[in-house]
Amino acid sequence: MNNEIVQYLRKEMFPNIWCPGCGIGIVLGAMLRAIHSIGWEKDEIVMVSGIGCSSRITGYVDFNTMNTTHGRALPYATGIKMANPSLKVITVMGDGDCAAIGGNHFIHAARRNIDITAIIINNMIYGMTGGQYSPLTPTGKIGTTAPYGNIDQCFDLTSLAVSAGASYVARSSVFDVIQATRFIKKAFLKKGFSVVEIISDCPISFGRINRMRTPAEMLEWIKSITVPKNKWEKLTPEEKEGKLPTGEFLDINIPEYSKNYQEVCIRAQQGGKDK
Amino acid sequence: MSEKKRLEKILQGNEACVEGAILAGVRFFAGYPITPASEIAEGMAQRLPALGGVFMQMEDEIASMAATIGASLAGAKAMTASSGPGICLKQENIGFAAICEVPCVIVNSQRGGPSTGLPTKPAQADVMQARWGTHGDHPMIVLSPSDVTEVLNITIKAINFSEKYRTPVMLMLDEVISHMREKVIIPPKEEIEIIDRKKPTVVKEDFLPYKADDDLVPPMANFGSGYRYHVTGLVHNEKGYPTSNNKEIDYLIRRLTNKVELNKKDIILEEKYLLDDARVAIVAYGSVARAAERTVKLAREKGIKVGLLKLITLWPFSDDTISQLASQVDLIVVPEMNLGQMVREVQRAAEGKCRVISYSRVDGELINPLEILAKIEEEGK
Repeated sequence: MNNEIVQYLRKEMFPNIWCPGCGIGIVLGAMLRAIHSIGWEKDEIVMVSGIGCSSRITGYVDFNTMNTTHGRALPYATGIKMANPSLKVITVMGDGDCAAIGGNHFIHAARRNIDITAIIINNMIYGMTGGQYSPLTPTGKIGTTAPYGNIDQCFDLTSLAVSAGASYVARSSVFDVIQATRFIKKAFLKKGFSVVEIISDCPISFGRINRMRTPAEMLEWIKSITVPKNKWEKLTPEEKEGKLPTGEFLDINIPEYSKNYQEVCIRAQQGGKDK
Repeated sequence: MSEKKRLEKILQGNEACVEGAILAGVRFFAGYPITPASEIAEGMAQRLPALGGVFMQMEDEIASMAATIGASLAGAKAMTASSGPGICLKQENIGFAAICEVPCVIVNSQRGGPSTGLPTKPAQADVMQARWGTHGDHPMIVLSPSDVTEVLNITIKAINFSEKYRTPVMLMLDEVISHMREKVIIPPKEEIEIIDRKKPTVVKEDFLPYKADDDLVPPMANFGSGYRYHVTGLVHNEKGYPTSNNKEIDYLIRRLTNKVELNKKDIILEEKYLLDDARVAIVAYGSVARAAERTVKLAREKGIKVGLLKLITLWPFSDDTISQLASQVDLIVVPEMNLGQMVREVQRAAEGKCRVISYSRVDGELINPLEILAKIEEEGK
């Protein structure tokens, strides 16, 4: 294992609980490389997760960490950030965690543009509970609760985040870990709500039931469905079917919530009248 | 009374709750609009920014509870407030605060239920939910003031208990207590006891985040203070890491409850009124306790020896006091604005030593003193 990231791990917590071939470890490595290259101190980082396979990440990293309730990583993180804005607050969520049970919190965190990074590990399935379909399971794929094929449309989380008011929005995959690491680093450094969705593989709960039994087959599939944004834009609607654009969708600088709140405090201290 | 001129104000119950919380050091509040608790959020929105504190109106009740717990972990004394429907939504995260031992106060301004129920009318039907609303064995401290001055003082107590015992504390108001206006004497700061959470004293390398002291409460490090640790809603060991070791599981679950149960003497607040020679005792709490006090006077004018035990702390329950009382009196009457919730606890603690009866009202109206008196007279025939 790469020495530069080992220092950020709680070694006594290993071995980890993830299945062989799972993509979550790749995302964990990408996040730690991003943190290392920024040079943040461990003491100033708070990493918050919800519930699911991806949420176990927080147990393995040597920061101030929290493994909260299902879907609620963002409101917990919001309380932390507002009580101590000097902390670097990162949330890690899965697709069910973020887009289903936590969907409301996700759009409102974006609306506030609070300085929190949301890393969403999208393996398109509820992995920990055994393969039920999620809001990001592609239409037509099989889940244990969609045995005849999923008829739901899935969310485009990046479009959702852009329209809800985030500052930085990007999508990458575990197949393109160099790009993923670059986006994660930019997201960490962005003052505002930043979102990086990373398409990940779940060979056990998604792959086996969808005829991609090995991690390699799943990664090949991820490679085949992800298309760089500039190429994707030139595709016909039929060609876009079943494909996901990758790249950066938004990178802007707009007023950030905890900063805005400081203005509120100043206004209140001056008697509440003049802005 | 001290020489110092005391500050007197006419306050609504919800306003007194805001004053008490701010005096106790609350500097973070997250809430969501709901009748009859909204004035607490409005008061916090007005007051906290000038104090450098944080008020946040969140997207829902669940987020309000989560943000409150997050802020507490980052070092703020934190509070949220709601009513029945909102309290239902907060329950999962209240359990998180209990198992992770994060100090926080939840105000429940009770209205009639179930569901949307009676938003503008009082009830006391959430007292069992307050104790057992979140799943699993867990500790809970629940306090119930009965007038506006008491709202202020008991809010301070609630914050103090949450900090001292590292546990969620629920403060039970009701629609009438929340909206009633009374003269409140605000104590000067130097007369208010403020309790802050214990901080770790060991070097960082030796820090075990869930290793309890003799009082069963572990010292608490704030996020960002240099003591890095893991907080998880999974059952965890002293290191804060998830465990499936039977001994570690058993130790945590018992310790969580015992840290409250073994400190009952400190936590139980109750008031006795004319009980010494009583043959009949009224056990009451919240706004009903005020009516009951009047009942005692009216009964004594008629020559009936009635006394009152007013419960301020509802949970942990006053087992010992009720047991002693049951040995002394012939009858205990428990008037409640519900179909008889705390009366079952009174019956359990009385162990059959006297008759215990319920007087219920669930029509959205307060119980008045004459009703309780009529019940006592009827039972005495």
